[in-house]
Amino acid sequence: MKEYSLTYNQFKQGLREGKLLALKCLNCGNFTTPPNGVCSYCGSLKLETNTISNKGRIKTFTVIRVGPSGFDTPYIVAMVELADGPWVMGNVIGFDTEKADMNLIGKEVTVGHKFFPPDEYEGGIEGLTLTFRLTD
Amino acid sequence: MREVVILGVSMTKFGISELSMKEMFAQAALEALEESNIEARDLEALLIGNVLGVFEESQGNIAPLLGAEIGIRNDAPTTRFEGACASATVAIRHGALMVASGIYDIVMVGGTERTTIMGTPLATKTFAMGSHSEYERFAGITFPGVFGMLAHQYSRKYGIPLQDLKKSMAQVAVKNHDNGSLNPHAHFQKKITIDTVLESPMIADPLQLYDCCPFSDGAAALVVADATKFKGQVSKPVYFIGTGQGTAGTIYSQKDITRIVSREASIKEAYKQASIGPKDVDVCELHDCFTIAEIVASEGLGFFEYGKGAAAADHGDTSRKGKIPINPSGGLKAKGHPIGATGAAQAYEIVKQLRGECGERQVEGAKVGLVDTLGGDLCTACHLIFRR
Repeated sequence: MKEYSLTYNQFKQGLREGKLLALKCLNCGNFTTPPNGVCSYCGSLKLETNTISNKGRIKTFTVIRVGPSGFDTPYIVAMVELADGPWVMGNVIGFDTEKADMNLIGKEVTVGHKFFPPDEYEGGIEGLTLTFRLTD
Repeated sequence: MREVVILGVSMTKFGISELSMKEMFAQAALEALEESNIEARDLEALLIGNVLGVFEESQGNIAPLLGAEIGIRNDAPTTRFEGACASATVAIRHGALMVASGIYDIVMVGGTERTTIMGTPLATKTFAMGSHSEYERFAGITFPGVFGMLAHQYSRKYGIPLQDLKKSMAQVAVKNHDNGSLNPHAHFQKKITIDTVLESPMIADPLQLYDCCPFSDGAAALVVADATKFKGQVSKPVYFIGTGQGTAGTIYSQKDITRIVSREASIKEAYKQASIGPKDVDVCELHDCFTIAEIVASEGLGFFEYGKGAAAADHGDTSRKGKIPINPSGGLKAKGHPIGATGAAQAYEIVKQLRGECGERQVEGAKVGLVDTLGGDLCTACHLIFRR
């Protein structure tokens, strides 16, 4: 049986220890995070777990005003390009949703995280999202 | 591969249904059989799209029960396909390929879904289950949210001020509601104005309520057969000439979501199979789950250059008499979006257009038609090409 390179629980444990873990591809050199079975860029299985920079820049965003049950609206969802290359999705925190406009794009953020207690139909698994706090 | 023909087609009126998923499907399926001049016992298989039956009606295992509703034979396999909003399109593709490859001579394909009984919070939650359950869902991302992020990315990438882009997006809604007003099967049969869109509540910035398709109930079914064995079976045969299906992963791994890689891969294969290009398409039903989704689809399918889809919507290039008529049915926006049935209703519209049976919303002289459906966070794309 192939060993799964970086499991959800291992990735979460990394965040608890203040480390943003990623899979470095020994074939193409790109970083994949959150984890995936193989390199997201070239499909290689030659991967090693590295800690990468928790800095990045917002590439796009939205303000969710009608959310799934269990989420308090409004909140900001964004995609961030990390300094080491991968894009990640999460919530912009510590920022007034009513001031969220196109000027958010390009802003530098520090990546953190937030855990959620398990909900119905979620297999008792603790949920996770990355969070983004503006650095300037 | 053998030549494949579409015999009968049918769909229920989309909207809010008192009927169950099985009852709606039976209505559409029995009418499609009658239009095909066959009986259920002639069918060799049933391939059906359904996404959220477990949450909607606590109904799992729906395929055999749908087969039983219409009296399918015990030796005919029934199978449910799930590819989020593209489920029925994927079911049709596989049914048509099975006929083309000679496994079956005649099958039924379609979809059924009853989203409205969930109510908006549960519907929003279950739709969002199409996202990655560990790494996407807890950000609280929704489908409108995905396309809201896409709209902001599009505005920035092509240097189109957001307020201008929003007017182009509103124009898509106005056009599709105009078409829907002429479609007796549409969920919404009323015209709207740009102001209706721009004054509606914000859902996921910059998408407002009228940028979004509704949750709908409905079912649709088509009979797909070997063209040689069923020659002369119906007076207006429509032929299935190409298909593609593409795949991508999480939305963050896709990065630039203004270019939907699953769609681009799928349509390339479909055009190749059909030996046509975008200029040969006379009418297109595409996945306008949100107004910006129609704009990027019109580019990804090759009708307009990348970054020019918004301007094309402004110029009326996608209206019924435009350069490429898009969503004459009203699209998901006005006709409605019962997710697991959507692709089958798109195929229904194209078949009816190619037969010349669409009344006031008819695209004159349409000979080649395209169905484009997107599922999940831009993860699955599926295409069907038909000709008369």
